[in-house]
Amino acid sequence: MPTEAAELVFDEATKVYPGRDGAAVDHLSLTVPAGEICVLVGPSGGGKTTALKLVNRLIPLTGGDIRIDGTSILEHDLTELRRSIGYVIQQVGLFPHMTVEGNIGTVPRLLGRPRSWIRTRSAELLELVGLDPSYAKRFPAQLSGGERQRVGLARALAANPPLMLMDEPFGAIDPIVRARLQDEFLRFQSELRKTVVFVTHDIDEAIRVGDRIAILREGGRLAQYDTPQRILEHPVDDFVAEFVGRDRALKALALRTLGDLELSPATDDGLPRLHAGASLRDALALLVAEHRDALLVVDADGSPLGVAKREDLLQ
Amino acid sequence: MVASAFVDAFRFMPNHVSLLLDKAGETAELAFAALAIALLVALPLGLWLGHRHRGLLLALGVSSLGRSLPSVALIGLGIGILGVGFWNNTVALVVLAIPPILTNTYFAVEGVDRDAVEAARGMGLTEAQILTRIELPLGLPLLLAGLRIAAVFVIATATIAGIFGGGGLGDIMARQITYGLGGVFAAALWVAGLALLTAAALALAQRAASRRMAPRT
Repeated sequence: MPTEAAELVFDEATKVYPGRDGAAVDHLSLTVPAGEICVLVGPSGGGKTTALKLVNRLIPLTGGDIRIDGTSILEHDLTELRRSIGYVIQQVGLFPHMTVEGNIGTVPRLLGRPRSWIRTRSAELLELVGLDPSYAKRFPAQLSGGERQRVGLARALAANPPLMLMDEPFGAIDPIVRARLQDEFLRFQSELRKTVVFVTHDIDEAIRVGDRIAILREGGRLAQYDTPQRILEHPVDDFVAEFVGRDRALKALALRTLGDLELSPATDDGLPRLHAGASLRDALALLVAEHRDALLVVDADGSPLGVAKREDLLQ
Repeated sequence: MVASAFVDAFRFMPNHVSLLLDKAGETAELAFAALAIALLVALPLGLWLGHRHRGLLLALGVSSLGRSLPSVALIGLGIGILGVGFWNNTVALVVLAIPPILTNTYFAVEGVDRDAVEAARGMGLTEAQILTRIELPLGLPLLLAGLRIAAVFVIATATIAGIFGGGGLGDIMARQITYGLGGVFAAALWVAGLALLTAAALALAQRAASRRMAPRT
């Protein structure tokens, strides 16, 4: 199924609640290129969720503009705008009186798709999110938390929207299942290439899923908008540095793999071995654990590719 | 005395089947009209207020006001305005039926899982679609419970109509001289039967709705 991702532009987007001091979102300007995941992250009170809900107009803008592929959200018909944007929330909000297939088919039904189309689409999406197609006839009460969120994802994807809004989608799920869902989300995102705005308060999740990260501080002001790598290596100020954590150097290592390094020629003299896909963080952990200064990088078949020294990792 | 009246009641019934059926029909008609009008008024109001998450005080106020107004007094008042008869009695019963329907409809819709409603709105359901496709089906069991309470109130109270020329089983109960104590008891038993049957039917509907709305394996 072809996907046209949309470019999303926040242009001085502002939200001020009447009777409250200061803005919730303050002149937010940033561009999410088509097909990329932009993570909004920051402490509570940073206006992440507000910024997200400005996009599908669940919260009305008080100033500035937001454009999807160049067209202001204010020019779209409200209902059509929302039907063209996938929306995933932390508590999922499945409709308990509908089957999984009924839930997934909600927007396609509104768009007048025939039942047979919905059935096929639902089976396709269940497979995509890692559920057996037999789940189609189950009800939400019969699903685990992780399964519900998978169905929530499938439901948001049903009408093949060019833009997805995800509000702490994995926030209520235990850490092990969360990590698996993050991986699977990234796997199918690499196929679908949607434009995604993803809200989280967890910097590790932001680093893991984001192509770009926007760090918001109290009062809804943008502190930094950059790739995870650059935010970890060059935080613009103390607020960002503190928010990403003292271990930001280690987090940055986790973003690169041994395959990214220039290796010295292989001299197999009993060095510990690690495959090229391993992160520099794992490589460093291995060196520390084995009390060694270098390791042998091997490919998937185990053939040596070269030697990585401790100082190579830390450059 | 009471025991013999009971025996008389069961002697009365086989000999007056068509009378009892007629009068039960009148009571049912009166109750049905009152419930229908009450639904027409209270249902849209309750749905709208519940959907907007507003008007809690109105819903509760109407409910306690309705319960504290004695139907007899209301019919007495109504005689001055509407005269004696069907409509006067109907109005009194409508006033009786509105509170439970309004309150239950309000809470049925108001209490629907907010995350489901938020998801629906975010996905592009219109407010009317949210009400009809999400809130109404999910609130149906509670809404039917309100209707059941109203129906029992109305059928039981409809007997008072007999005193005020409204006909129905109350007519028999008001005329002990004609029908004897046995007749009065028979009519009373029929009123109870009618109320119980209606309550049971609505309770079944309510259970079916709950099963459908919160299905498990």
